[in-house]
Amino acid sequence: MLKKLSALLVVALAAAIAVHSQGNLLINGAGATFPYPIYSKWFDEYHKVHGNIQINYQSVGSGAGIKQVTEGTVDFGASDGPMNDEQMKAYQDKHGSAILHFPTVLGADVPTYNIPGVSAALNFTPEALAGIFLGRVTKWNDPLIASANKGVNLPANDIVVVHRSDGSGTTYIWTDYLSKVSEDWKNKAGKGTSINWPVGLGGKGNEGVTGLIKQTPNSMGYVELIYAAQNKIPYGAVKNQSGAFVKAELASVSAAAAGAAKTMPDDFRVSITDAPGKAAYPISSFTWLLIPEKFSDAAKRDTMKDFIKWAITDGQGAVEALSYAKLPKEVVAKELKAISKIQ
Amino acid sequence: MAATTTTVHSAGPVAGSRSFLDRLRDGDEIARLITFVFAAATVLITVLLVFELWRGSVLPRHKFGFDFFFTRVWDPNSGDFGALPFIYGTLVTAAVSLIIAVPLGIGAAIFLAELAPARVSDTLQFFIDLLAAVPSVIYGVLGVFIVIPMMRQYIQPALKSSLGFLPFFSGPAYGIGFLTAGLVLAIMVIPYIISVSREVLLSVPRDQREAALALGSTRWESTWKVVVPFARTGIMGSIFLALARALGETMAVTMVIGNTPTISTSLFSPGYSIAAVIANEFTEATGDLYLQSLIELGLVLFLLTFILNGLARILIVATSQRSGGAH
Amino acid sequence: MAAMNARLRWRKFVSGFMLTMTGVCALVAVAVLFFILGYLVYHGGTSINWNFFTKLPAPVGETGGGMANAIVGSAKLLLLASIIGVPIGVLGAIYLAEFSTGAIAFVVRYSADLLNGVPSIVIGIFAYTLVVLPFKHFSTLAGGIALGVMMIPITLRSTEDFMRAVPNTLREGAMALGASKWKTIATVIVPAAYRGILTAVLLAFARVAGETAPLLFTAFGNRYWSPGWNQPIESLPHMVYIYAISPYEDWQRQAWAAGLVLLGLILIVNILARTILARGVSVPRS
Repeated sequence: MLKKLSALLVVALAAAIAVHSQGNLLINGAGATFPYPIYSKWFDEYHKVHGNIQINYQSVGSGAGIKQVTEGTVDFGASDGPMNDEQMKAYQDKHGSAILHFPTVLGADVPTYNIPGVSAALNFTPEALAGIFLGRVTKWNDPLIASANKGVNLPANDIVVVHRSDGSGTTYIWTDYLSKVSEDWKNKAGKGTSINWPVGLGGKGNEGVTGLIKQTPNSMGYVELIYAAQNKIPYGAVKNQSGAFVKAELASVSAAAAGAAKTMPDDFRVSITDAPGKAAYPISSFTWLLIPEKFSDAAKRDTMKDFIKWAITDGQGAVEALSYAKLPKEVVAKELKAISKIQ
Repeated sequence: MAATTTTVHSAGPVAGSRSFLDRLRDGDEIARLITFVFAAATVLITVLLVFELWRGSVLPRHKFGFDFFFTRVWDPNSGDFGALPFIYGTLVTAAVSLIIAVPLGIGAAIFLAELAPARVSDTLQFFIDLLAAVPSVIYGVLGVFIVIPMMRQYIQPALKSSLGFLPFFSGPAYGIGFLTAGLVLAIMVIPYIISVSREVLLSVPRDQREAALALGSTRWESTWKVVVPFARTGIMGSIFLALARALGETMAVTMVIGNTPTISTSLFSPGYSIAAVIANEFTEATGDLYLQSLIELGLVLFLLTFILNGLARILIVATSQRSGGAH
Repeated sequence: MAAMNARLRWRKFVSGFMLTMTGVCALVAVAVLFFILGYLVYHGGTSINWNFFTKLPAPVGETGGGMANAIVGSAKLLLLASIIGVPIGVLGAIYLAEFSTGAIAFVVRYSADLLNGVPSIVIGIFAYTLVVLPFKHFSTLAGGIALGVMMIPITLRSTEDFMRAVPNTLREGAMALGASKWKTIATVIVPAAYRGILTAVLLAFARVAGETAPLLFTAFGNRYWSPGWNQPIESLPHMVYIYAISPYEDWQRQAWAAGLVLLGLILIVNILARTILARGVSVPRS
């Protein structure tokens, strides 16, 4: 038996060594789950062109991405919500240099629901959304909802609210929006990747929320646009600042970003929820790559600079097929200039 | 000769004149030492783990003290953290899972060990062992797409109409909650109970059974009153394994329990468990108090396990003393 | 006499009934398993092809991808985990069953039970703090250590139980023949408890083979091949985790396929272990 075991060991080690590839550059990144599909596509495309460069991105969540890049266990991070000042300082203190934000694509949160007998796309006002998630609006036929949906037969059933149980950028975007449009929400619940929800069930991940909504009649929740689109669940339109009810689509999301492009800060950390503009979808957001200002490894630095340039220009061609919205031209131009900051 | 050898040994090793018995003892000593090192490694790892948890939860321990156990609020934004709903959920789901899994598991083990022909028993055992290897994520997804609808449409209404007067089966039923999580956990822990119990039952000497049968007992009586008690320690061991798994299971629970920190007697209510909240919030927790509160929850679970194991052991000692003990 | 007959008939009825119930229990357990297998086959069977076993993962929307790196990754991680978990578990159990006194045995056993109840994600965090942070990178080593630590308590407790179940007559017989303690253990007791020890080890192996949470921040995951032991590495349960929670049907199908392949590999390991390593031990069966 000992002989067999040792033989097995040798074979395993041999196999492990055998797959050792020479001269490959492995770059590790960690962060948001939302952009994972497009990132995996991009990194794969990039690897096809530059065969010896392997960029390994794992979707462990925005917060984990920020943490890991600060700890230095990965070479870059990714997040759906920009790092706050405290986190930026923590990185600066630990590494002696700054961390830079580069927006890559745009996404949106949509309000989805499951009401037996209602297949129409409902209209939601900010007051209705805040009321539902605060637990003040409890029935589907509440005036706050009904007044925006004349002609739809809403039942008198209790609304079952579903939110995220795990910390996520999706929650950050949703609560950021609610905090902007409802003073009540801001005081009672606030914004964050994880909050103390006044009401509702918690689903794990976008798919958990989608699953719960699909299974539970009279439920409503928020998910990323991709999930609603791919799973073909009904989602509603939201009233924006200009008073129009806009449904989340690639065009309306890009419109929200275009409005923000003019006032974009130099570090690209901006929230575009409740954006101005008639065609803008109010619950949109950028997603960012978090790139260290200083790289100790020259090869990694050059690769990342080249990759970002490619991703925000040529790479944008692939995003719409996966239900992401492209970056506005003004933002791209600004980013191309900012790449030179990476040393 | 014995006297001489003893004197030599107690005087310490003497170069060149070590007797056969001395070498024998040394061999045993080495074996004892080696195995001790490995056993001690287990304790060391556990102690190190507790130390890391203790060290990593400094802030909330100083801020909340013992109140942490009794506070119901969990609010990352206001910095108010309490463990009570999670303790409750962990205990309830573990209890439900054992109530379902232990009778089923022991019953199945008895069948496989006593009644089934050897080939059938072995083949089925292979497959039951596979249940232990199913990734928790798959249990979770199956829980969402199969168990939750089943609960919501059939089982929970049935329980409500028949036993609805009990506080356990009252309230709105959405398919998720303590009962669902307990059921999914039961499926996950059953292979441990069956696998280990079956092996232990198989190792009970044949003469025990034959003696009982010779005295006129029925098949069932010889099994239940003689064989099973003989194997009791091993069976209890398997229940310990199951309990441990149920207390610590993360992925599957969080997908079906509803992830709401509530305390309710109703098993239909959504809830939360310690492992689930750690899994959900740890990676995104910003701020030291938040992060360390999650780590303190890990410490609390350790304490829970400690207490539950202690209670279970007391129970074993009490019952074995009463019935005279098999070993 | 009549009363005795009536009582006998009742006892026989109870016997038949209860034994049938045990059969029902076994049926339920097996039915659940076959249901799970069936679900995996139905939803993932179509994704199992030659590519699955030989190619690297492809991005969403592209066909022809596979999980070759995850399969090899799981094998490497499990090998490392076994190297850590099996010796500590089995040898530690030998100490508990054969050498230890009450107090030390109690402490070790209790520690093992405590360790067993630790959520897998906490073990992952533990391994992250000990192995990943000091070296500032994720690695196969860290993942293997996390899984190995999880294997210890199951192996230890069950092995000890099986060794204790060996009748003392065997021990006494060996000692009467002049064998030293360790020789008794090695040549008499361990072979007698062999089947049980194998069960314990395979159960622990199966348990960690399906775990994702401890690998998230240790092995981390890797879309490519992972040479050596110092780089992030992919594993089958991790692929299941990523793909099952994605919005793309193609990936979801691959998740089920991965689950199926994982179970298949565990089954093969089980069968190989039990047949190659089995010994003709006479375990009394009725």
